[in-house]
Amino acid sequence: MSISHAPPGSPEPDISDMSPQDHRRAEGDTEAATGVPADADADFGQRAPLDLAPIVPASSRRTRVPRWLRRATGPLVLLALWQLLSSTGLLTPDVLASPGRIAEVARDLVADGSLTDAMGTSLRRVAAGLLLGTLTGTGLALVSGLFRVGEDLVDAPVQMLRTVPFVGLIPLFIIWFGIGEAPKVAIITLGVTFPLYLNVYAGIRGVDAQLIEAGESLGLSRWGLVRHVVLPGALPGAMTGLRYSLGIAWLALVFAEQVNADSGIGFLMVQARDFLRTDVIVVCLIVYAFLGLLADFVVRSLERLLLQWRPTFTGR
Amino acid sequence: MATDVHRPVTPVSAVRVEGLTRSFDGRAVIDDLRLDVRPGEFVALLGRSGCGKSTLLRILAGLDRDIEGTVLVPRRKAVAFQAPRLMPWKKVWRNVLLGLPGKPERAVADRALEEVGLSHRSDAWPKTLSGGEAQRASLARALVREPDLLLLDEPFGALDALTRIKAQRLVGELWQRRGCAVLLVTHDVEEAVLLADRVLVMDDGVIAHEQEIDLDRPRDITDPRFAELRAGLLERLGVDTTADAA
Repeated sequence: MSISHAPPGSPEPDISDMSPQDHRRAEGDTEAATGVPADADADFGQRAPLDLAPIVPASSRRTRVPRWLRRATGPLVLLALWQLLSSTGLLTPDVLASPGRIAEVARDLVADGSLTDAMGTSLRRVAAGLLLGTLTGTGLALVSGLFRVGEDLVDAPVQMLRTVPFVGLIPLFIIWFGIGEAPKVAIITLGVTFPLYLNVYAGIRGVDAQLIEAGESLGLSRWGLVRHVVLPGALPGAMTGLRYSLGIAWLALVFAEQVNADSGIGFLMVQARDFLRTDVIVVCLIVYAFLGLLADFVVRSLERLLLQWRPTFTGR
Repeated sequence: MATDVHRPVTPVSAVRVEGLTRSFDGRAVIDDLRLDVRPGEFVALLGRSGCGKSTLLRILAGLDRDIEGTVLVPRRKAVAFQAPRLMPWKKVWRNVLLGLPGKPERAVADRALEEVGLSHRSDAWPKTLSGGEAQRASLARALVREPDLLLLDEPFGALDALTRIKAQRLVGELWQRRGCAVLLVTHDVEEAVLLADRVLVMDDGVIAHEQEIDLDRPRDITDPRFAELRAGLLERLGVDTTADAA
């Protein structure tokens, strides 16, 4: 079928090689179809002028409020509401202190050094637990991911232990390690180990078999395959594991510090509870949140650095 | 021109396969196969899907060793797969050098990339390459090993028509420059006739048909002899070409 060579309004449109069925279909379609080449010839002359509607560019439709401003509005409104409730006396300080009061207390706590001390102590605990947990988790995952013997020996016990809620082990850890730093670091270590193990293991086992084969065909040794193909391929999984681990590390820290501690943010909170200081408690919660954000930022930066090769990576 | 006669075994071979059998679950995909490739010869291997041609290539590449029979291949061999299979976490030039013995310099990779016309993408991540570029990078990675045998597993299968023509031409040029033996697995008869010295048709686990292509290079698709060879091979593959050959 030719498309556009028949002159407009040609008395005999060139539909000669259309089957009757085609023809019927083409005619029936004319109203709905806009410029389907198949029937362009048939009714070129008779077609009524189309009602054209403009497509307006999206950007010109309204003046835009910057996205960050829109996103900031919600929290700010909440904060204002909170302050309003406190100032009118509807929200009493022994239930929840006002934002202004909390800012004041935070300043004082920073000024007398107690908050920074507590933060330092807590950060050290998390860092130690995270380091130990990362080493154990990744180490075990490597053993069971890379070697079949390792999988048989390691995977089953780890999967079993994983089902024990690690927080439930705190009493046992206090009996074993006393009440110093050791049980706190141990509980964080335990919490961090499992998500890392699971994700690194899955990452190793999920490496594309085609790439392994390509590596083999390039003459890589077994160790070369591990180094150049398997480990980089497992890195995205490891990063996911690290993220989960960080979340759990803070959780474990809160538990460990509130059960028995004589320093750290958790200790500060327990103390504040005894004196009904909701302002101090809120400051500590904010610090926890801030530290959590900071940790997330660190992992994100790490991902940006290490995973820039990923086709799915969109940030920059 | 078609011959089913086995030539006498040449004293020097780039590939020598005798009595090769490969079974999957008791079913022989390759059954007592015999194959010789001369050094520097370009051989195309045709066959319907599932006829075992890719299996044969994987065996020659040393990726499949559950075999019976004799398989002799050069120590220096290289493979390019249908998918480029570049390591996404390595920049293009590192991909090219991957697996080379010692600590080769980047210049080595750049020379190979230059040869396939990709030197400007040396520092790129594989994800940023187009399909044709990735395939050329994969080709550079194979060539940098200076293989005596180059195994190509449908390397143009996933490329669009225009890119494929360019890539075919490139492979032809590279082969003439390098002088290595090439085994090209493909299901594109035209591609086989265009590039190969000899076309093999595989069926039922053996080489069922062999066809020397003695057209002068560069070959012309519109040459009637080309069409004749192509039609003959298509017929061998069970495709009726009476309307096609006109």
